[in-house]
Amino acid sequence: MTVGITPYETRMVELLDINGVEIENTFAEAFDMWASRLIVTAVNDRWAMAAALAATGFATSIIACGCEGGIDGILSPELTPDGRPGVLVLFFTMSDKDMDKVLLNRVGQCIMTSPTSACYDGLGADIKVKTGGKLRFFGDGFQSSKLLEKRRLWRVPVMDGEFVIEESFSMQKAIGGGNFLILAEDERAALSAAEAAVEEMRAVPGVIMPFPGGVVRSGSKVGSKYKGQFAATNTAYCPTIRCQVAASALPESVNCVMEIVIDGLDEAAVREATRAGVQAACRKGVVRISAGNYGGKLGRFHFHLNEIMGGGQVDGGV
Amino acid sequence: MGCVSCAGLMMEPLDQRDTVTLRLKEPTTIPIEADSIRPDLFVSRTLAEIKALPAFYGRRKVTLGDLFEIVGDRSDRVVVEGDLRHVKKIGLRMSQGRILVRGNAGLHLGAYMRGGEIVVEGDAADWAGAQIQGGFIRIRGNAGHRVGAAYPGEKRGANRGTIIVEGSAGREVGAKARRLLIAVQGDVGEFAGAYMLAGTIIVLGRVGKRAGAGSKRGTIVALGESPDILPTYRYECTIHPVFLRCYLRRLQEWGLPVPKAALEGDFRRYSGDITSLGKGEILVYAEP
Repeated sequence: MTVGITPYETRMVELLDINGVEIENTFAEAFDMWASRLIVTAVNDRWAMAAALAATGFATSIIACGCEGGIDGILSPELTPDGRPGVLVLFFTMSDKDMDKVLLNRVGQCIMTSPTSACYDGLGADIKVKTGGKLRFFGDGFQSSKLLEKRRLWRVPVMDGEFVIEESFSMQKAIGGGNFLILAEDERAALSAAEAAVEEMRAVPGVIMPFPGGVVRSGSKVGSKYKGQFAATNTAYCPTIRCQVAASALPESVNCVMEIVIDGLDEAAVREATRAGVQAACRKGVVRISAGNYGGKLGRFHFHLNEIMGGGQVDGGV
Repeated sequence: MGCVSCAGLMMEPLDQRDTVTLRLKEPTTIPIEADSIRPDLFVSRTLAEIKALPAFYGRRKVTLGDLFEIVGDRSDRVVVEGDLRHVKKIGLRMSQGRILVRGNAGLHLGAYMRGGEIVVEGDAADWAGAQIQGGFIRIRGNAGHRVGAAYPGEKRGANRGTIIVEGSAGREVGAKARRLLIAVQGDVGEFAGAYMLAGTIIVLGRVGKRAGAGSKRGTIVALGESPDILPTYRYECTIHPVFLRCYLRRLQEWGLPVPKAALEGDFRRYSGDITSLGKGEILVYAEP
């Protein structure tokens, strides 16, 4: 164990080491987002998952996908409103208005179209969007509603029978952009560590890792040499240009970096997912775990790796 | 799904220490109007004030204290005991709290109710839950005619609320109802759901003749013997209605013996009444 000072620390702290992997004394900087969670059910697991995967496809980054989305978990039939197999899906957007549009498009084009599907609110928050109330018009006047206690459902006639959708879905403030970086000796070690991390993180409720398989290989930085391009490859973590960039973050033994981005319903969820993922990623072949931030100037949430992994209190941040 | 708190409350026995208990002093065949028996009236009143609440004994104006022995005060949990077959309007217009009727209840139980819960351990007479606007009524025995129905002259009937009858019910269950849910474990008489505007009636036993007559919308579900369907209803298809699973699961949570096969099974769908708007439906369980 060694002692050191980094630019973002105000006092001496111990650097952590888990299974021989250094935990860099830094933090992930995350942002306010809005989240909505839906329950998608169908006649069986296969079709529930088909609808969920379609709805959360092309939803890796709000940069160009409009939202970030993913599977939050599988629900057994006893836990769904209609007693059929279900999948929990999460969507994250930058604004509440964006969420309205995102849900309308994704539920309408991906869930409603999927055989035997039904869709219900899975969050129970106070702020609502009337997605079902808008999609009901697809019924062309033949739709009907049902009120079961406080839940209003719409029944839209479709070719396989009826599409049942809850009138309103709820949304809440959430967090997007939690992250950590796996710096490894080679591609095999980096990927294997990332896979192990994602598997553990998937067990944490209320979070998604929106990138393909939960992992992003092309992490970005803000800014570019090109006018009009606001983001570019994270040059400090690219091994092939280590000697060409002004300040590479890579020690000589690192030849591959993978990043895991985390969106979560609240700080506790993001924190726990980070902890579980980092713990699982600390294995043979991994040199260091780091995290991405903007100097603490942009995002409201700072997830200090040191603190999360039990290395002690760090001044500053949330 | 739904209001879990309702399911929990209906199962929870009333703690005698924090209830107001009314015991009818003498059985009578003279009709008693007891619309003052309301938890929302008792919750802020002393025992003396509760006893002074008005009632009618035949056409004579009396007080609750004249007719009932009363114990307890300042509670919205009420227990009523005795031969109450001729005690009318218990829980009329109540908006909160719980009433437990230990025995049979008279006419107009919970009429115009807006919230809270009523449980009747015996039978209930006609008009139980008439014009109900919210809340929960559970009748462990049989119910009379016009459960959850609209009173004569009213254009619209019950709007919201849930009524469960563990026995059978009479005619015109849910007539002119709007967003009401009625579940009857036994049989229902003729004209169930007549002139329904919306809502759902689920019958585990037999549905009498002329169900859904004149209905505009709304759903009548027949889980028992296949009923006679009016000629003004048309067969549409045989399907597995997903929305109905939500309802049937809720009924199971409330302790009704909904067969598992019905939860997973298909239903023949009839739409009508074509003499009206024609967007009502009767779903008949299609046993495999």
